[in-house]
Amino acid sequence: MLGYITRRILVMVPTLIAISVITFVIIQLPPGDYLSTMLAELQSQGEKVDPARIEALKIQYGLDKTMVEQYFLWAFGLLHGDFGFSFEYQLPVTDVVGDRVFLTVVLNFSTIVFIWLISFPIGIYSATRQYSIGDYGLTFIGFIGLATPNFLLALVLLYFANVWFGTSIGGLMDPSYIDKPWTFDKIVSVLEHLWVPVVVIGTSGTAAMIRRLRANLLDELQKQYYVTAKAKGLGPFRALIKYPLRMSLNPFVADIGNMLPQVISGSAVVSMVLSLPTTGPMLIEALRSQDMYLAGSFLMFLAMLTVFGMFISDLALAWLDPRIRLGGGANR
Amino acid sequence: MRGDRVSPLLQVRDLKIGFDLPEGHLLAVDGASFQIGHGATVALVGESGSGKTVVSQAIMGLLPKPAHILGGQIFLADPAGPGIRIDIARLPPGGREMRQIRGGQISIIFQEPMTSLSPLHTIGDQIGEALSLHRDVDGAQARELTRDMLRMVGFPDPEKALTTYPFELSGGLRQRAMISMALICRPALLVADEPTTALDVTIQAQILKLIKDLQSELGMAVLMITHDLGVVANMAEEVVVMYRGRVMESGSVEDIFRNPEHPYLKALMTAVPRFNMGTEERLVPLRDIEYETGHLLAPRADAAAMPEALKDKPILEVSGLSKSFADRRSGWLSGKPSSVLVLDDVSFAIRPGECLGLVGESGCGKTTLSKVVMRALSADAGSVTYTDEEGETDVLALNGDDLTEFRQKVQFVFQDPFSSLNPRMTVFDLISEPLLIHNIGDDAWRREMVSELMRLVGLDIRHLRRYPHSFSGGQRQRIGIARALALKPKLLICDEPVSALDVSIQAQVLNLLKDLKQELNLTYMFITHNLAVVDYIADRIAVMCAGRLVELATRDELFANPVHPYTKALLAAVPDPDLDNPLDFNAVMGGRRSVPSEWPAPFTVDDEHHPHLIDIGDEHMVRADERALSLKLAS
Repeated sequence: MLGYITRRILVMVPTLIAISVITFVIIQLPPGDYLSTMLAELQSQGEKVDPARIEALKIQYGLDKTMVEQYFLWAFGLLHGDFGFSFEYQLPVTDVVGDRVFLTVVLNFSTIVFIWLISFPIGIYSATRQYSIGDYGLTFIGFIGLATPNFLLALVLLYFANVWFGTSIGGLMDPSYIDKPWTFDKIVSVLEHLWVPVVVIGTSGTAAMIRRLRANLLDELQKQYYVTAKAKGLGPFRALIKYPLRMSLNPFVADIGNMLPQVISGSAVVSMVLSLPTTGPMLIEALRSQDMYLAGSFLMFLAMLTVFGMFISDLALAWLDPRIRLGGGANR
Repeated sequence: MRGDRVSPLLQVRDLKIGFDLPEGHLLAVDGASFQIGHGATVALVGESGSGKTVVSQAIMGLLPKPAHILGGQIFLADPAGPGIRIDIARLPPGGREMRQIRGGQISIIFQEPMTSLSPLHTIGDQIGEALSLHRDVDGAQARELTRDMLRMVGFPDPEKALTTYPFELSGGLRQRAMISMALICRPALLVADEPTTALDVTIQAQILKLIKDLQSELGMAVLMITHDLGVVANMAEEVVVMYRGRVMESGSVEDIFRNPEHPYLKALMTAVPRFNMGTEERLVPLRDIEYETGHLLAPRADAAAMPEALKDKPILEVSGLSKSFADRRSGWLSGKPSSVLVLDDVSFAIRPGECLGLVGESGCGKTTLSKVVMRALSADAGSVTYTDEEGETDVLALNGDDLTEFRQKVQFVFQDPFSSLNPRMTVFDLISEPLLIHNIGDDAWRREMVSELMRLVGLDIRHLRRYPHSFSGGQRQRIGIARALALKPKLLICDEPVSALDVSIQAQVLNLLKDLKQELNLTYMFITHNLAVVDYIADRIAVMCAGRLVELATRDELFANPVHPYTKALLAAVPDPDLDNPLDFNAVMGGRRSVPSEWPAPFTVDDEHHPHLIDIGDEHMVRADERALSLKLAS
């Protein structure tokens, strides 16, 4: 097992290096760079720009170097925790991102918990009472959740949160707490605001999750070992939890690796509508203005989450399923 | 403890069970009545769909959702006191009372030991769970009792077995684990639903012996559900024959086997391949199939005659074939790669027009061998030579177009008729696909060929537009045969073509294969684990064990005069549906006969001994050390 973990970690290193190269190249692919984009913008506004100043800026930002040199500077910085300098904000990337990463993690972690809490009981109910009125009803509600555009639901919920609870519109906290140190009141304010995006982002995920859990569980409920468990005299609920449910967990655990980056980038549109201080909107903005170090750092962050998430889900799978843990070389 | 001995342990009276299906109402069990005495063994016999499994589910209170008990009673003698009976049919299936009976007083073991145990929980956990549900024991005691039970069912290392997972065990050991789970609470009745159908013959004999031993040790009754009359003859005291939900006949095993009364039972008896059948004797299927050959398939009269030089050559000659699989466990960072030898120096020949039976237990390499001959796998060493009127072909050296050309001559019939047909293709598409691939004929010709093939295997040509799911297992297997014959092959490799089929259907398909061989002048390589089936269909039989051919002889010679210990063990383990020829349970060894290094002196295969196939006369070949064997035979 220890050997397996070491091996997995060793494999992660070349993967991340490859990702960093690809990320960097793709960001550089569009013609021009941040300065030429800025130049074009200024010129379209009819402003004169001094070529000497541009040249000086180029040298200052290292844009005069070749792409390979630029990559190594950036990659070397990454290893030291220096994510580069954001052109747009005129600040180091670390300072720009700051709290946003933390809030993003809080938001998305809550969303995942929300999805699991809602979809598991409903999925189990739907599977065990297949084709009942309850199954159809919940399926219907799930599909509505899936079909409703996120931003619409977001606006509706924001309105009612404001009318009924007096929560301020948008953001993840009351405006008065922004850029203030963390206090108890600030946490309460975050919690007050958090539920709207969690519900909005969660609904579509929940519907998909319910359908998948229902399908997985229906397959497992047909299996012989479930009959065996009941034949022992085990109560229906305990038999269900111990055998088929446990079996149907595998696909979900295997999915953790995908889920992490998906929730983080997938919530960008909702975050823009709700003007949440998360990473999604910032990434979109950075990509648009070719703010390459900011965008690159974001993409690297997502890639690391994916690779790390995969690692976690592999470990969890091995822990959960002895066939993966012990059956490596099973020959039949 | 067991109540009075006079009243039966379980009495099923006029049981009616119906299924509410979308297609309508189905009466699966229609007034079944029988009883099981204390400590008795009753066999419930019937083909699939006869309702025998539904009866067992009703007894366990485990009927599937659409099924309902419509009438009748299932009385179980209450161990609490004599004369008290519980009607299981009236108990709510999920209720506490029924749960106490389930696993406590009635237990069940199933056909497929792999799927009936949870792969995620250890054996010890799953067995101990049954114990803790019905007996008031703490963890340490449960562990102790579980270990004792595992020792009782023959686990070599019970302590270690507690923490192993089902997938780490062989099929036989899994079934043993299943049995120990069923018996840990010492039930009064064990329902065994086809307990040995999925196992190899040698393992089957061991499991049957185990059930018999435990039965007398624990004094329990057994309800044996099976379609295998050989198992019935060797295990049961009483037999209940079911057909379409009704009990056709019941009585003692003597009555049933010596004077079968009901036509269905008589038909069933003649449909099963048995040993000692006459050479000309045919199986009589319950429902015969009509078929006809057409002009497209008839052997060509103008076919080139065999050149004189090749007259005596076998159609397929395999010599010195070896193959090993790399073990996945040896990763790229850990040590040197290890490998498993699956074929070791396999040599044999098939003559034109004969049927060579290849027998062996699962994992002995017989399917690998067939795949190498088909060029689906490569061989490490050895050669395969195919000979017909066009000359000799070195099969393993074929490439590109030559290989495609060669594929027309050798075709394959698969074991599983369900997964070997693409469910999204119509029967017409399935059968005509080989013709399309090899670009044979135009559309009209293909259409005619396909309908001829359909008639050849006795299927209605009006069904050409249907999909495989609307056919029964036997019909699907016939579609598979038609597909294999579409290219007019000369050699047909049949890999367990009847082992997934019901007894009654088996006879149909076997007869069909036998007739087609005559009509179309085919040569068969027939792979199976069922000795009675090869006995019926094969001319010569090759016995395989652990990747080696151990004995090769004509059918009569092999059955009359087996030489190799493995062949002997194999023959001794087959339950014959004949009361005068019972299985010798004492001769059943603990699985040692399939380990080459355990074979006695002239036959031993290990690091120092590498015996080859030697001829001992009358085309009888056996793998043994030549000098030692001649000494042994002489003495």
